[in-house]
Amino acid sequence: MSNTSTEQANRFISLKDIKKSSFIALWFMFLTFPIMVIKVNTVNNTVEWRWANMIIIGVASFILSHVWRLFMNRRDGKLSDEQKGGQTVEKLTLRQKLDQKPVVAKSLSYAVLVLAIIFPLISGMYQTSIMITALLYVVLALGLNIMIGLSGLLVLGYIVFYGVGAYTYALLNLHFGVNFWVALPIGGIFAMIIGILIAIPVLRLQGDYLAIVTLAFGEIFRIVLENWNDLSFGPSGIANIPRPTIFGLDLNVSQATNLTYFIVLAFVLVTIFVIKRLEDSRIGRSLVAMREDEIASEAMGIDMGKTKLVAFALSTFWAGVAGVIFAGKTTFINPSSFTMWESILVLCMVVLGGMGSIPGAIVGALIITLLPEYLRAFSEYRMVIFGVVLVLVMVFKPDGMIPSIRQKYEFKKKPESNMKEAE
Amino acid sequence: MTPVLDVKKLRMDFGGLRAVNDVDLHINEKEIIALIGPNGAGKTTFFNCITGVNKPTAGDVIICPPGATHTKRINGLKPNVITEKGLARTFQNIRLFQNMTVLENVMIGRHTRMHAGIAGAILRNKKTREEEQKVIDDSYEILKKLNLEQFVNELAKNLPYGAQRRLEIARAMATDPFLLLLDEPAAGMNPQETHELVDTINKIRDNENITILLIEHDMGLVMTLSERIYVVDYGKLIASGAPDDIKKDPEVIKAYLGEDTNA
Ligand SMILES: Nc1ncnc2c1ncn2[C@@H]1O[C@H](COP(=O)(O)OP(=O)(O)OP(=O)(O)O)[C@@H](O)[C@H]1O
Ligand SMILES: [Mg+2]
Repeated sequence: MSNTSTEQANRFISLKDIKKSSFIALWFMFLTFPIMVIKVNTVNNTVEWRWANMIIIGVASFILSHVWRLFMNRRDGKLSDEQKGGQTVEKLTLRQKLDQKPVVAKSLSYAVLVLAIIFPLISGMYQTSIMITALLYVVLALGLNIMIGLSGLLVLGYIVFYGVGAYTYALLNLHFGVNFWVALPIGGIFAMIIGILIAIPVLRLQGDYLAIVTLAFGEIFRIVLENWNDLSFGPSGIANIPRPTIFGLDLNVSQATNLTYFIVLAFVLVTIFVIKRLEDSRIGRSLVAMREDEIASEAMGIDMGKTKLVAFALSTFWAGVAGVIFAGKTTFINPSSFTMWESILVLCMVVLGGMGSIPGAIVGALIITLLPEYLRAFSEYRMVIFGVVLVLVMVFKPDGMIPSIRQKYEFKKKPESNMKEAE
Repeated sequence: MTPVLDVKKLRMDFGGLRAVNDVDLHINEKEIIALIGPNGAGKTTFFNCITGVNKPTAGDVIICPPGATHTKRINGLKPNVITEKGLARTFQNIRLFQNMTVLENVMIGRHTRMHAGIAGAILRNKKTREEEQKVIDDSYEILKKLNLEQFVNELAKNLPYGAQRRLEIARAMATDPFLLLLDEPAAGMNPQETHELVDTINKIRDNENITILLIEHDMGLVMTLSERIYVVDYGKLIASGAPDDIKKDPEVIKAYLGEDTNA
């Protein structure tokens, strides 16, 4: 430990590094020269030369480039250690450590669950409402994770199915007075049907092409909603959607919010449960196999067309149900809630958390929805911070914050009655 | 006896290139047959046509699984349907499911022989659990046959090269084939591993009643293993027969020497 840190310290001051950093500093000073140094004062018709700015930029980029290199070295050091095959306790990720101690992992998840249950009781309505949004995004991230993380289908425009769910509830309620609980499954199933309908023409597409086509579908959806006034009431949207109630009780706003919170929480748990079970099943394995190699999967007897439809259906259902809850929560929906930006946001959650990993999707969704809420002070820099965080994750943790791990099986050595599945 | 696989006048064109040119080939039950030829002769393409990866331009691929009363024409069917019918293959350029464990790779092979659907996966009822357990057991047995059991929970990508080739065979065997098509199973193996592979392939044929068609450049392996050999060059069948006859065939010698002078 001390040995490596002195090594890094040595690197920190080596002549080569100083040369490199100086070069970077000069380059940045040159690049920013026109905007940071020269300032034309149009009132006096004079040019101001702000040399101080140049010095600040020089020093800052010099230091930053050193810090950057330090981290890169550390990362590369880690990588080469892994390649050597040195498997020391130090290098285990948190996830792996938890995996080895199922008791700790279990009690940890129970603690989180208890915290989640008492959350609305110990916080105000505003906080609860934020948390509902966050949990809705957790469901979306989990759902998209089936498509992107498990099945390897790069689908943009996922928010369409969220929108389908929301509009299903809003319209069914408006025209037929359908209540929340009935709309809940209908929204999911309807989103699933739309998902399958979209999937059929794109079955043959892969990778980037699939991404572009689904992105286009997303835009078409939004534009249709904005213009088909008879159906969707255009950009003005649909208002006065009833909040969810239970046992026909007359709830006030705060109670309804709490109820919505518990509905969403229960739904998150159901989603996790179902997806976890799907993952460790024949269906889940065929999805992962499709991600890994389509030609080999076909050679193993897996029908690619059918598997893709299954991936779409399994993934879009959750978005539809989440959409119904969203409509019930906000009581007002319009097309601007379902833009491409939202799709990208959900995609970022999956990538940030770790493709194909359930805890990853949850953590990714929570971070991306909650951070901006609690960083309101920096709201102007939100996009910048967002971009920087994503780049950093991609560079230092390319598999996401909580990478997925495969199920392991234990086998007794005896040849008869030889194995037992273990979590 | 009807051959388990009967290929008649198989032809495959890629634009102007005729990669397989009217090739006839048949295999009887429990034979080990080799398909050889210089690089680019069209051997892999021949496999691709039989297993449905490529759609043949012309010709017939007819199967007659052991015990079946009727023959079936299978060209033009999708690869997964052909696998279901009992043909399984390995790939020359290894195509494992890299980020899945060794056991899972083999379990995927049993996909078509399983029935659990979405409802079964979610409810995890007794039937699904039993099926799952059986697949785990069966897969482990197959791994043992190919000496892979020490890698059970290893990711496929972390395996040594020879083991990856064997895993390809294990995975193909898991689909319960009557005919196994091996595309260069010994490529990249050291002599020791190749020697073991000969044993393994013989065992697969003898104990599992699987007929084997293999492509291989290692002549030692081809001569010791195969009962008959087919030789192709530029997509055309130039010779076929017992190993000793093939060794002496002037056409074959010319094809191989011709290739050597090119190299
Ligand atoms: N999908 C394809 N499209 C166009 N040409 C192809 C395609 N697949 C194969 N070919 C061509 O067909 C010919 C036969 O290739 P093939 O891979 O079958 O040879 P091979 O006998 O397996 O050779 P090797 O011993 O090197 O594996 C080659 O000229 C190749 O370039
Ligand atoms: Mg080949």
